Amino acid sequence: MAQDSGTRTLVSHAQLRRGRGRVIYWALLTVVVVGFTLVFLGPLYWMVTGALKSGQEIAQTPPSLFPKDPQLRNYADAWNNLDLAKLLFNTFYYAAGALLFQLVLDTAAAYALSKLRPAFGNLILGLMLATLMIPAMVLIVPQYVTVIDLPILHLNLLDSPFAIWLPAVANAFNIFLLKRFFDSIPEELMAAALMDGATPLRTLWSIILPMSRPILGVVSIFAVTAVWKDFLWPKLVMPSPETRTVSVGIYAFSGGTPMNVVIAASVIAAIPTVVVFLAFQRNIMSGLTTGSLKG
Amino acid sequence: MAITTVPGTRRKPGRPAAPRPTGPPRTSLGRKVRDNLTGHAFLIGAVICFAFFSWYPMIRGVVMSFQRTRRGVTTWVGWDNYERIIADPSFWTAWKNTFYFTVLALVLGYAVPFFVAILLNEFRHAKGYLRILVYLPVMLPPASALFLFKFYAYDPGDAGLFNSILKALHLPTSQWMQSPEMTMPAMVIASTWMNMGGAVLIYLAALQNIPGELYEAAELDGAGIWRRIRHVTIPQTRLILALLAMLQIVATMQFFIEPLILANGTGAEDSATSVAYLIYQHGFFQNDLNGAAALGVIMLVVLAGFSAAYVRLSAKQD
Repeated sequence: MAQDSGTRTLVSHAQLRRGRGRVIYWALLTVVVVGFTLVFLGPLYWMVTGALKSGQEIAQTPPSLFPKDPQLRNYADAWNNLDLAKLLFNTFYYAAGALLFQLVLDTAAAYALSKLRPAFGNLILGLMLATLMIPAMVLIVPQYVTVIDLPILHLNLLDSPFAIWLPAVANAFNIFLLKRFFDSIPEELMAAALMDGATPLRTLWSIILPMSRPILGVVSIFAVTAVWKDFLWPKLVMPSPETRTVSVGIYAFSGGTPMNVVIAASVIAAIPTVVVFLAFQRNIMSGLTTGSLKG
Repeated sequence: MAITTVPGTRRKPGRPAAPRPTGPPRTSLGRKVRDNLTGHAFLIGAVICFAFFSWYPMIRGVVMSFQRTRRGVTTWVGWDNYERIIADPSFWTAWKNTFYFTVLALVLGYAVPFFVAILLNEFRHAKGYLRILVYLPVMLPPASALFLFKFYAYDPGDAGLFNSILKALHLPTSQWMQSPEMTMPAMVIASTWMNMGGAVLIYLAALQNIPGELYEAAELDGAGIWRRIRHVTIPQTRLILALLAMLQIVATMQFFIEPLILANGTGAEDSATSVAYLIYQHGFFQNDLNGAAALGVIMLVVLAGFSAAYVRLSAKQD
């Protein structure tokens, strides 16, 4: 039954447990649970089962709630015709690389900004945070021009995974999250490590990182899902069919492919993020609120 | 761990062992330089990435907008790109659509999550389940979710999900993306469904920080539920409400993937073209990267104007 330990909200607990309040509470709760299930899960159900229907069945009125003759043909077609295995592997590869680069470089940067505090550290932090103010669409053209001819080095990164991995490191939000967490680690621990002769790298590895598991988890999830969900940037920098991500690949095929097959492919593309979400939903939700509220 | 004084440590004899809370106190110059170098060595990787992919493109974008590259030769052309972009009739259509989308998304995508959060915060049961439900669409790849809307929900025939529901309720069906009037509302509905989870969770966290005594006091003064929302909930979450409004305006003004997938870019009678889509068109289809850069700068100025107005307003209130 209801826990009374929670703080008081808009309507008092006592009111909700007696007579009319109780009836309204349960009625409202039922309506919301049913309504939300329909609104948020309903379309997903429609998507998964729609892709099980035949072309005729999907066009019939009124639509059938359950597929009459469920067949996996659309899913099989999607898998084979769109070469989804390849697309999924590409996306996974980009996401894993982006995660690795961010974990190494952003963690090191946040550690330097929080604990080592070199000269001009605050200026650098300010310049990094300033990028949060620049809308992504404004940068898309000059970023593209930069990637096709990297200044000084004159490299063309088109179709190279580095075109996704390196820009992912320039993520001020994740650096900010990490720095704020490192700030909360007592300075005494740093001093103690220094006194024992630990190098800064050793301190980071043996003291800071083991204490930072929660925030590292949050940053990792953000890093992976950002690459998985991204569309325009991978569409621009991964133009050839062999290097496409799954979202871009489905879009590229959507014109000449039966719609049930496109939907089946969309379902398959969504499975990894949904699984990650269900597995890590606690971390994701706590990360969202710490990152936005106290910041 | 040895507690003896090791030569080279900065603790002076006779001083209390507790280290100072801020940084090393007195150090030699050489040590200082070395510490700085170590610090910068940790920073360098991220700084290089920022330099190449954020800071430099920022400057490059502004520079490009005043240049024109033809056959590999780049020349300064002053405001030519801006004039060409503004003279394009789709420029004004795109801004009109973008403002319309932003306002609709603000009405729907801003008020709805707030009231959903207030409602969820009252429940003592099924809390986790409802939160997962609201946030689930946020985790879908936007392309996947939009194909669902395009092919199933907004099917203009009677077999479409929304039209079947309307029909079952004996309401008139709609052409959805094929009708210029419905294009925007349909895109806003899809966008809100995909994105509102984040806002709901942030509001929920803000609501949990409201001290319960405030509600108690208001109730003792005879304030009903609506007055409690108006005089306690809204003032107490004002800052986060204002911040999210700002973030949402900036995010929705850049809407791109909704017109691209739902409306094949422009939609019926140009009803879906957004400024972001126009940037994409100019840059990558009309071979006009300089014009696209100029459009980007215009967008930046407009969004910066919004941010400045926001800072002004919120500073005035405090």
